[in-house]
Amino acid sequence: MEYEVVIGLEVHTELKTASKIFCGCSTSFGAEQNTNVCPVCLGLPGVLPVLNAKVLEFAVRTGLALNCRILPFSKFDRKNYYYPDLPKNFQTSQYDLPIAVDGHLDVEVAGETKRIGITRVHMEEDAGKLVHAGTIAKADYTLVDYNRTGVPLLEIVSEPDIRSAEEAKAYLEKLKAILQYIDVSDCKMEEGSLRCDANISLRPKGETKLGTKAEIKNLNSFKAVQKGLEYEALRQAEVLDEGGRIVQETRSWDDARGQTVSLRSKEQAHDYRYFPEPDLVPMVVDSTWVEDIRRSLPELPDARQARLMKEYGLSGYDAGVITASRAMADFFDATVAAGADAKAAANWIMGELSRHLNAAGREIEECPVAPGQLAALIDLQAKGTVSGKIAKTVFEEMWASGKDAAVIVKEQGLVQISDEGEVVAIVEKVIAANPQSVADFKAGKERALGFLVGQIMKETKGRANPELVNKLLRERI
Amino acid sequence: MKITRKDVEQVALLSRLELGENDVEKFTGQLNAILDYIDVLNKVDTSGVEPTAHVLPVKNVMRADEARPSLPRELALANAPEQEDGYFKVPKILEG
Amino acid sequence: MELYKQTAHELHAKLAAKEVSAAEITAAVFDRIDTVEGKVRAYITQTRDLAMAQAKAADEKIARGEAIAPLAGIPGALKDNMCVKGVKTTCASQILANFVPPYDSTVAEKLAAADAVVVGKANLDEFAMGSSCENSSFFPTRNPWDTAAVPGGSSGGSAAAVAAAEAVWALGSDTGGSIRQPAAYCGVVGLKPTYGRVSRYGLVAYASSLDQIGPITRDVTDCALVLAAIAGHDGRDSTSIDAPVPDYSKALVPDARGLKIGLPKEYFVAGMDPAVEKAVYAAIDQLKAMGAEYKEVSMPHTEYALATYYLIATAEASSNLARFDGVGFGHRGEGNDIVAMYKRSRTEGFGEEVRRRIMLGTYALSSGYYDAYYLKALKVRTLIKQDFDRAFGEVDVLVAPIAPTTAFKVGEKVDDPLAMYLQDVCTVPINLAGLPAISLPCGFAGGLPIGLQIIGRPLGEETILRAAYAFEQANDYHRRQAPLGEV
Repeated sequence: MEYEVVIGLEVHTELKTASKIFCGCSTSFGAEQNTNVCPVCLGLPGVLPVLNAKVLEFAVRTGLALNCRILPFSKFDRKNYYYPDLPKNFQTSQYDLPIAVDGHLDVEVAGETKRIGITRVHMEEDAGKLVHAGTIAKADYTLVDYNRTGVPLLEIVSEPDIRSAEEAKAYLEKLKAILQYIDVSDCKMEEGSLRCDANISLRPKGETKLGTKAEIKNLNSFKAVQKGLEYEALRQAEVLDEGGRIVQETRSWDDARGQTVSLRSKEQAHDYRYFPEPDLVPMVVDSTWVEDIRRSLPELPDARQARLMKEYGLSGYDAGVITASRAMADFFDATVAAGADAKAAANWIMGELSRHLNAAGREIEECPVAPGQLAALIDLQAKGTVSGKIAKTVFEEMWASGKDAAVIVKEQGLVQISDEGEVVAIVEKVIAANPQSVADFKAGKERALGFLVGQIMKETKGRANPELVNKLLRERI
Repeated sequence: MKITRKDVEQVALLSRLELGENDVEKFTGQLNAILDYIDVLNKVDTSGVEPTAHVLPVKNVMRADEARPSLPRELALANAPEQEDGYFKVPKILEG
Repeated sequence: MELYKQTAHELHAKLAAKEVSAAEITAAVFDRIDTVEGKVRAYITQTRDLAMAQAKAADEKIARGEAIAPLAGIPGALKDNMCVKGVKTTCASQILANFVPPYDSTVAEKLAAADAVVVGKANLDEFAMGSSCENSSFFPTRNPWDTAAVPGGSSGGSAAAVAAAEAVWALGSDTGGSIRQPAAYCGVVGLKPTYGRVSRYGLVAYASSLDQIGPITRDVTDCALVLAAIAGHDGRDSTSIDAPVPDYSKALVPDARGLKIGLPKEYFVAGMDPAVEKAVYAAIDQLKAMGAEYKEVSMPHTEYALATYYLIATAEASSNLARFDGVGFGHRGEGNDIVAMYKRSRTEGFGEEVRRRIMLGTYALSSGYYDAYYLKALKVRTLIKQDFDRAFGEVDVLVAPIAPTTAFKVGEKVDDPLAMYLQDVCTVPINLAGLPAISLPCGFAGGLPIGLQIIGRPLGEETILRAAYAFEQANDYHRRQAPLGEV
């Protein structure tokens, strides 16, 4: 049977605050175990939480960037369950009155734009980290580090509007881009500052009722989101095709084995006994303040992509790639502002520059070639001072040494030879030295010309103007 | 009977408490007596009444986002029943 | 008179005049403790070294001619559910029998800043859950007026210590009457401030939306002094009120002219001891004679307060006490896996009343029962608060009994939780509404003290102190001493 896949994502993102959500401990990543802790985040008897103002501001920012409605009256609640990464055995979260509701974001998949609804955005505290030998169930004991306990989190819940693993990945990428644009989170999946759980179910095509869903955890990279959901959709289809029933359960994505595995013990229903957190007072959000935050939002990815297309004539695809990260879009804008042709800048950034960054495993913020330097290189190429091929060599050198393009060109004598007299002499010398190739070309073998061009480039160390070489060769043969 | 033995056992599980056979009996009886008394609330018409979770009209209490010194680790772990390498140590967790 | 029997304001005058030293007063109090503690058993922990060091520091200040705070050098006790850095804080529970907090509660900090002397941590019903101090997992405290009777609870150790002159002042905490009822049973003064007036930071929570710390003292003047020392806004407690602390001693004027007092008739419940009822009416007559205007008021939702209280308090407690799990602190029981360890730790660590309340609260919050129990209670809480709002539209203070009877005998109610809960019927409505209320002696029956309750508007501490002071000064109940040690 043909099925429709129905997916909703729950994304947790750690906020970039200096201190934790309810106490003054640092949120820095990678500190020694149990050194970013205090009586409050350790949940010692007698302590009380006080909300970090920045967390509320970031939550409102996020809600607005995701086109949500900000609730004028919001509160915290306690979610009660026992687990050793949670010192109080309740998580302070938001239940029935989250800070933001009813938003959306648009994703582009296979050339089409699709709107995915955002149910809610709420604030909560992160839990600690459990350390054990091997798998948790097989280890003899577990060690607990509470450094992460109380790091502020936003939970962003989508509507079940996603219809494929590819859409899920696109949604997550867009969400990450937005969170980075508005500067509320680093969104480093490898450090756990962006985490994703998915609810996925299948239903026969045309059916409107939702099927039984499984919750997939441990989707720790964009690739895992796509592969995990593809796997789970196939698994559910097989179960249904064989006349089976989907069990409502939590499953974990095992990246190494490439499959989802049931977490059986979680089947026993939890009863979280949510109730209003008596130690925190309600948040009454003033509409003037919300409008101030709305005005302070930067240009978001969709708007920026549209601007790049309109102002510079970039294709939708190119503008999409460049605006997928705020840092790359900023790099592009700075390069163009430094005088570079926009299309050339886009090609360089998406081509050579991205290739070098990927190979070095660096972020664009750490690029050794500054936007102004790239613009200068593009300018040299545009003026014909260097050929496209030489420009790549120059870029290589800029990456390695950090020097300006003009300096490299001058030091290494890489200026293009466009003087006809100079080139003619070499062309004639090469023709004289390769009579067989000349004869082959005359006999119709186009490839022979390539050989002759190569010989001329060898003589000039690649500096001869390629168009001029071609023209002169054809004239003289 | 408001609360059955099975309810009491479920509540004990949620509360992470062990109950012996006699405890179940005793708590079931006592909790029923208390819940019978609490039934008095059914006489009150609360339709249209807002719940009071906070008795004071205090709102928007927040602190500035400033990192402050944490506890020295020895002090953080000083009350731990078991520790290892600067971690709190707990028995095995039977779930993923 | 012996130093340990005097009030804080009397001792302060002597310290300021250099007639006596803080070290002498503190030593006298410890002598008294050594004499009577075997009968009363008010303390879980005595902090002799700390106390003597604090007394010495106060004496040095006095010697240097520096101005001293009213409580400087004056010995008192903290209920053992308030954290003092480096001093065992047990909540009278096996689960915290060896817990040493690495931080100070705000009240401990404020008292230290006032150079007050802390002689020890007073006994209580485990986690402040109880009305007789019999739920302490260590030992019960006895009533200094009759050692066969309970001192009340849960701040029974604090009240007994003051009544037995084992401390000049003490702090208690009041969630449903836990300061006022033991103060009444022990014949001393106890005040539950407005919710949010005193920081709860460092008070081990029983029910967060109801808990409040307050003074237990020998007279109303001391009560005002101790309240002034601990009240005020605290950035570490989100529910703390950001309002200036008035000079409470200015409120202490010995007349009741122009004061409108109300009597909520619903507080005279069935089963009320006629002697208690008589004493309360006599007190009202006295206040009228001193110039107060009197009026009967109706508070129709009073009869629902106790049920409401036991749902809200236990629901919050079930969550507040979840952290006692054997992981980061406190008692750990044997268990091969984490769930077994949790259960063993909590079952071994908590006494029966605590387990009962955790289960009741868990049930009230659990899926399927939340609306019928917890949410219903929050709505009735609104109605109870509205009763008070209406009453305070007509009067300045309400006068009522503290408890239906005087102190009952040890063991009398231990097997009947509901009968024990009914002790709180006159005190819990005040916590539900977050109001201030004072308890002070207004008579005796069968050699046991009777407590009068005066309830005020939010932040109306000055008004209830004034009414209490006027009544106190017209009588001599506060000068009577528990017979302990003298017979």
